[in-house]
Amino acid sequence: MLQTELRTLRQVRAPEGFAGRVLAAVGLVERYALVETPIGGVYVAWNEHGISAVMPSASESAFRRRFAERFERPAERGELPATLRRVIESGDAAEARRLRYDLRVCSEFETAVLRKALEIPRGQVRPYGWIAREIGRPKAVRAVGSALAKNPVPLLIPCHRVVRSDGTLGEYALGAPQKVTLLKGEGLDVARFEREGRAGIRFHGSATTKIFCLPSCSDMRRAKAQNVRTFRSEGEARDAGYRPCKHCRPVAA
Amino acid sequence: MTADDRVQSEVAAALGRDVDANFERLVTTYGDRVFAFVLNLVADRFVAEEIAQETFVAAYRALGGYAPPRRRALSIRAWLYTIALNRVRNRARAREFSASLSLDDALPVAADAREEPSAHAERAESAAELRAALLRLALRYRTPVVLRHIDGRSYAEIAEILDQPVGTVKANVHRGLALLQADYETRNHAAD
Repeated sequence: MLQTELRTLRQVRAPEGFAGRVLAAVGLVERYALVETPIGGVYVAWNEHGISAVMPSASESAFRRRFAERFERPAERGELPATLRRVIESGDAAEARRLRYDLRVCSEFETAVLRKALEIPRGQVRPYGWIAREIGRPKAVRAVGSALAKNPVPLLIPCHRVVRSDGTLGEYALGAPQKVTLLKGEGLDVARFEREGRAGIRFHGSATTKIFCLPSCSDMRRAKAQNVRTFRSEGEARDAGYRPCKHCRPVAA
Repeated sequence: MTADDRVQSEVAAALGRDVDANFERLVTTYGDRVFAFVLNLVADRFVAEEIAQETFVAAYRALGGYAPPRRRALSIRAWLYTIALNRVRNRARAREFSASLSLDDALPVAADAREEPSAHAERAESAAELRAALLRLALRYRTPVVLRHIDGRSYAEIAEILDQPVGTVKANVHRGLALLQADYETRNHAAD
């Protein structure tokens, strides 16, 4: 039957790489560039949806291979936009928040985790449980860890500012030693953070304002050393007449 | 509304918001269809890819000049086919497409994993014969036959793509199919 035979001609696919060639032809191809950071050179990729990848890599060819494996599309070398270079080099959190990110590889939950991590200011840290609570999934602490480990744009979305609450900094997508380097570079007193964490100290309070915070909250840094109190639990802080900080939101509302 | 129409209005809405951010979606959604449509008109993989690519590049340029409401209102499928068809016509005017086809040209017929290689080759061969027969058909019949019987478009949509009355489209589809049938049978009998 001719009509049936004709219908088989419908089962045709465009040649391999067709979409990529069209996008390149109109100038919408994905680009990447090498950027120097406190933890060495990293490759940054971007496209019309925003910044899509931040990857340390031993060589350009290794980066191209890893990028293609993870994102299933090629990227071509380009010139890094000046704003992007400035944000990466300064590590400015407010500027990083204004950038657009291509998080299409992330699930809805992963995206919520990463968007929340983006709110953490430079030089400060938040526990995994804090993110879980802030995005309305207080029990999903482990899942927060997995989502951060898969962060396609580390450094820019600062998953290195998310730490364990027991006084250890925890894992990092780009390596645990790199996490220490980055946080020290941002001015966090890592030794003190670890010492206090091991001693069970969870919050700092200001005797003048009667407000308690997460230890790295910028509000606490303004308090004079002699006015800083330490607490091991929310109950201890509240019993002493302190209320939670509205900026770092140290406990559930 | 069919699933196809739903996809079409989603893509149009996305392009209405932001062309650059959603152009890739347009290409991945319609790339295979536009390529298949052109291949069935020109029966040459290289020419088909060139024309299909030019079609999307022209679409991108045009979208850049349209205001958001116009982009949202586009019947994308018909619009892309119209662009592709204009290019096919331009080329056809420049030189008639070769009616001689190698077996190679027919390979895009999808291979079924469970199918014996020889069966696939046979099917590819008959696809090649069919494309060759289509190519012998005048473009004014070939186009509506491809749109109706290969691509499965409605008469109304074909009328929109070809900018012809529905009655003309129907007449040309029937006439084209009859011519194709006659040609195909003659050749097959001659081969026996």
